[in-house]
Amino acid sequence: MRKAAAAVLRGRLLEYGRGALAVVAILVAWELFCRIFSVPKWLLPGPSQILVETWSIRHVLPMHFAATLTTVLGGFGLAIVTGIPIAVLVVYSPFLRRVIFPLLLMLQSVPKVALAPLLLLWVGYGQVSNIIIAATVAFFPIVINTATGLESVDNELLELTTSLDAGVARVFWRVRLPWALPYIFSSLKVAITLAVIGAVVAEFVGSDKGLGYLILTSSGAMKTSVMFGVLVLLSLLGIASFYAVAWVERRLCPWYLPTDSEARAA
Amino acid sequence: MASSEAGDEKLNALRGNVTGEAHPLVSLEGVTRRFVTRAGVEVTALEDVSLAIERDQFVTFVGPSGCGKTTLMKLVGGIITPTCGEVRLNGAVLVRPSRKIGMVFQRPVLLPWCSVLDNVLFPLKMLGWPVVPRMSEAQKLIDIVGLHGFEHALPGELSGGMQQRVSICRALIYDPEVLLMDEPFAALDAMMREDLGFELLRIWNEKRKTVVFVTHSIGEAVMLADRVIVMTARPGRVVMDVEITLPRPRTPATEFTDGFQEFVQKIKSAVYAEARAR
Repeated sequence: MRKAAAAVLRGRLLEYGRGALAVVAILVAWELFCRIFSVPKWLLPGPSQILVETWSIRHVLPMHFAATLTTVLGGFGLAIVTGIPIAVLVVYSPFLRRVIFPLLLMLQSVPKVALAPLLLLWVGYGQVSNIIIAATVAFFPIVINTATGLESVDNELLELTTSLDAGVARVFWRVRLPWALPYIFSSLKVAITLAVIGAVVAEFVGSDKGLGYLILTSSGAMKTSVMFGVLVLLSLLGIASFYAVAWVERRLCPWYLPTDSEARAA
Repeated sequence: MASSEAGDEKLNALRGNVTGEAHPLVSLEGVTRRFVTRAGVEVTALEDVSLAIERDQFVTFVGPSGCGKTTLMKLVGGIITPTCGEVRLNGAVLVRPSRKIGMVFQRPVLLPWCSVLDNVLFPLKMLGWPVVPRMSEAQKLIDIVGLHGFEHALPGELSGGMQQRVSICRALIYDPEVLLMDEPFAALDAMMREDLGFELLRIWNEKRKTVVFVTHSIGEAVMLADRVIVMTARPGRVVMDVEITLPRPRTPATEFTDGFQEFVQKIKSAVYAEARAR
């Protein structure tokens, strides 16, 4: 047993080691390329340059990072508290389904960047409108997946509840909602990464802080290194929030165990 | 345990008084059920079916697919209502689902996030009954079907046969008078199927329920039942109603007796005669 465990561990290390090695190799090649051909740093800075210049603005980074994180989490939360109830309404009322779905599709087909100026006009400049923009981007998959999940309940299970003359609320809380949880979570994992995109879009259009704003201003000032540094931070934010959602999923839906390959991909 | 048995006896005595033996437990009177398919075609699943099922009887329904067996189950379960005619339970017309009826389906349909124990207790939660007083009953049922030690396992960790046992416990936990079983063993392999059949007979013997059991298998129908009702397809109609007088308890050896074979032959010829006639 112990030998087998050790073998698995060695396999994992080898796997991760290879990945890390590939990243390091790319970074070294990039650095060498920039130095040998003396690429101008406003065009393509080398990794060392990026590190140094991003470090030099370290005192403002936490503030911008926190602003973006707030927008992401706020938008994500807003998308959940609006998306799930709308999905429930759509599932339980055929009338609302006919009314809401076309509206949702319209909203989804409008580029969210185009909505941003409108929201600025209505809600004003600042965090609140940023959160709303992030939510509109993240919201759609939550509604669709939640509705699908609530409707995917086994028909015979519903017949069983009918044969017990169970009330609608009981069936919802004890059967439909738990049944839909894996569907909801798979949409939440998509939604959290969409919320990051939404937050950056919002900060591009109208904001005086946040990582998106930082990218915009450093691009204006030709500080390409800072742009790269902020991009790395953004992707770290995206990855961390994705894994946070995946962690909550594993805690809340332990019966829904992904296969080994899926688990490693997640 | 002892107190609950005494309670059952009292309940049985009560039942006797109320019904006064005048009404059969379940009766169908001229029941017809039609459906309209998605394509807009009207299909008659059951036509003018009348029959009565006595208390504590084990009745099996056999027939080809499409003979309305499942429709019949849903009618007695109160999940659907007849197009014409009446379904009666204890003499009263059934207009909504009754808690006197427990259902077991072809597939176990358990809640994948609930343990075996919680799945067994699930109907109580749907009925809004307190769970704690029935806890020992749940444990007893789990023991009867041989799942002792699996109380906290999730359905995904059990085999198909074990899951079906859980669903039988689930149907029994609120002590219904009638157990409706819609091809409950059809999804299992032949060995498991026979095994669970005898298990069901044991439970039936112990709990004294009225069982209405639908199956495709004539052998299974004869082996289990006091009475076999043969149905035909499109529209579903009763063509034969046989009392199975084989002695109980039935064992795997029953299958090799002449009596058993005679019943099987008789029912088979009825089914095929009907099939040839169309």
